[in-house]
Amino acid sequence: MIAELGHAALWMAAALAALQLVAGALGARDGEVEGITILSRPAAILQGALAAFAFAALLWVFAITDLSVKLVAANSHSMKPMVFKLSGAWGNHEGSMLLWVTVMALAGALIAAIERRLPERTMQATLAAQGFVALGFYAFLLLSSNPFERLPIPAAEGQGLNPLLQDIGLAFHPPTLYFGYVGLSVAFSFAVGAMLTRSVTPDFARAMRPWVLGAWVLLTLGITAGSYWAYYELGWGGWWFWDPVENASLMPWLAATALLHSVSVLASRDALRVWTIMLGVIAFSMSMLGTFLVRSGVLTSVHAFAVDPERGSFILVLLAIYIGGALLLFALRANSISEGERFSVASREGALVFNNVMLSAILAVVLLGTLYPLLTEAFDVRVSVGPPYFNPVSAIFALPMLAVMAVGPLLRWRRDSFGRISKELALIAALIVAGLIFFALFEGVAILPLMGLALAIALAVASFLPLRGRNLRRLPVSVWGMVMAHFGIAVALFGMASESAFSNEKLAALEVGQSTQVGPWKVRLDGIEPVAGPNWTAIEGRMLASYKGGEPSEIAPQSRNFWAPPQQTTESVLLTRWNGQLYAVMGSEADDGRWQLRLWWKPFVTLIWYGGMLMALGGVLAIIGRVRRDLKRRSIRRKIEVRRADMEELG
Amino acid sequence: MKAKHQRLILIVLVLIALIGAGLLASYALRNQASYFYLPEQMAENPPEPGQAVRLGGMVEPGSLEKQADGITVTFAVTGRENSRIPVRFAGILPDLFVEGSGVVAEGRLDASGTFIADNLLAKHDENYVPRELEGMSEHQAAEMAEETTVGLE
Repeated sequence: MIAELGHAALWMAAALAALQLVAGALGARDGEVEGITILSRPAAILQGALAAFAFAALLWVFAITDLSVKLVAANSHSMKPMVFKLSGAWGNHEGSMLLWVTVMALAGALIAAIERRLPERTMQATLAAQGFVALGFYAFLLLSSNPFERLPIPAAEGQGLNPLLQDIGLAFHPPTLYFGYVGLSVAFSFAVGAMLTRSVTPDFARAMRPWVLGAWVLLTLGITAGSYWAYYELGWGGWWFWDPVENASLMPWLAATALLHSVSVLASRDALRVWTIMLGVIAFSMSMLGTFLVRSGVLTSVHAFAVDPERGSFILVLLAIYIGGALLLFALRANSISEGERFSVASREGALVFNNVMLSAILAVVLLGTLYPLLTEAFDVRVSVGPPYFNPVSAIFALPMLAVMAVGPLLRWRRDSFGRISKELALIAALIVAGLIFFALFEGVAILPLMGLALAIALAVASFLPLRGRNLRRLPVSVWGMVMAHFGIAVALFGMASESAFSNEKLAALEVGQSTQVGPWKVRLDGIEPVAGPNWTAIEGRMLASYKGGEPSEIAPQSRNFWAPPQQTTESVLLTRWNGQLYAVMGSEADDGRWQLRLWWKPFVTLIWYGGMLMALGGVLAIIGRVRRDLKRRSIRRKIEVRRADMEELG
Repeated sequence: MKAKHQRLILIVLVLIALIGAGLLASYALRNQASYFYLPEQMAENPPEPGQAVRLGGMVEPGSLEKQADGITVTFAVTGRENSRIPVRFAGILPDLFVEGSGVVAEGRLDASGTFIADNLLAKHDENYVPRELEGMSEHQAAEMAEETTVGLE
């Protein structure tokens, strides 16, 4: 019953999306709010509520393990802990698409409810675009991947969930990324709305900015969490594999990073109009492309739940309609968007444009590398593209970008000279040179990590330079946000470079009682124990690890066997110190009774994820600062109106 | 400088950067992409020793040997036409790595014709097959499906 209600709610939400599209389109054409046009905002709000209800219904059938629902039978199990039952609701293709449309509908409801800054025509066009995008996803969900489909005969027991996915990281990682993708869909709708009504103004940028910032924060968090999940769950000791699925989340992030900077320029300086619109289209295209790559089965990985050509072609058609349509609109309208304000090369806009171009170049590099295997496969040549391509080629663009990032925030808007900030420039250059010399003294540091380390140090210092000579108490919150995010990049960069420059790896076969050395750590195998969990059994290695002969700590990595579905996983153990992590993985037994053990010492590796969190925190501060300023501006405007009315009354 | 000129210059710069990125990427892709070989292809037309490639085939039953150091294993990967490539791998064997089932090895040939694997990808479950194994000949695929789904419904 609950499943049928959820299904019905989805159909009604789809109908409302169609209504929103028609009403919004009429409103955008006439610019008057009357007749059917009045309905576009309420339709968006009600649609959000219905989609949320459908998602709640899906959570419910998973919570009670209703095995007559096909999706539950295929992806859940009555013995699973509650939190994994619930996360199982979106740990599969149908459920994750429902989550996507739910978040999208809620976002649409939110703009319909609160956004009042834009001209009504632009607003109606935006709502129409949002309804159009949502309609495609409803069609996809209802026609080719209905999450509420019943089984003719209820299953006796569920088939379980891939054990790799039975992890608390899963409960947060995909939804965070989806929220980010959806934020970009809102930015896309704003861009289409502004293009249709030819009103690319700073007001439009201010309305769009919190969505871009929010999407960026969530993508940053999602990628950070996903990277940490892969790091400790997959047991390969790496934190980024340039896997196509990872790239699918990185590409929207790169586009969103470029977009959030150009939207700031548009909001405060009324420049870069066309470029901002273009990035809005590209950012959403990248999130659609990511969904296509992950969900269509074109690529296989832990993320691709099922290979179904029908679904793949459906998403491809949606992709073609939205992106093709938006690009066509862009080609028709780009010329009629009037010129923005000018600026000189040595200005903050100049630096931002440079970094935007570099980000786009990195995006192009990642995109080509990700699609290349698909292209060659059409000619029956199988290749795989990995770190030897991605690392150096993206670094060529990333390194100059990071250097300019250290300088950009010190420059003034519109027109400035490098002479004015010569002291700061000298400091940054000196730090880079000193860093290069210092880290070159260590043995065996490759060229890229060396440059990364030096740039990270310089950037960390430079990110605080904009605070110099300013009253810290009166500094706007959004400036703190920028400082924090840039500092976070420096921190993460240091972690990445340090991990690749200074990691130690040791592969050993040990008898019980024997020890081995990895970097500064001494690890002794104390015993092997069988252990059992709720739906798995495991071999556990008991070990004592001591850092530079200090107090030993106990660690116990496991090799687990799940039985529903049958699968083996390695549970690695991480021992974290302030200056790095010891990473231990248990292998199998060698013929002579020794046990395989794989150990890594990774200095400062944790900084990668702390840096990611700092970046997200910076984004949150920026949103708070912007929203507060907007509210203040709104209340001042209202006061002025009241006073003007008073004056008129007085005559 | 007029606004129109500034926009033109910006567009030209962006195009130069993107085309540069594209050219650089395609140049690097030609050199850095690692190609996939079946055992018969590798036997017939071996890649340069040291070049990063992938090798995919079946682990020959009875060929798996653990070496005295306890961490190195050697085995042979076979394909059609009696082709057979010896493989050496130091590390923890992946979950579900068994003789007679499919494997993709990432690594390089050494001068003596042994494939030195840095990483092994084995079949995980029905939803996660290394892509290269999907297109294997029907006979192999059927064989592999039989072998790797033992105990599964």
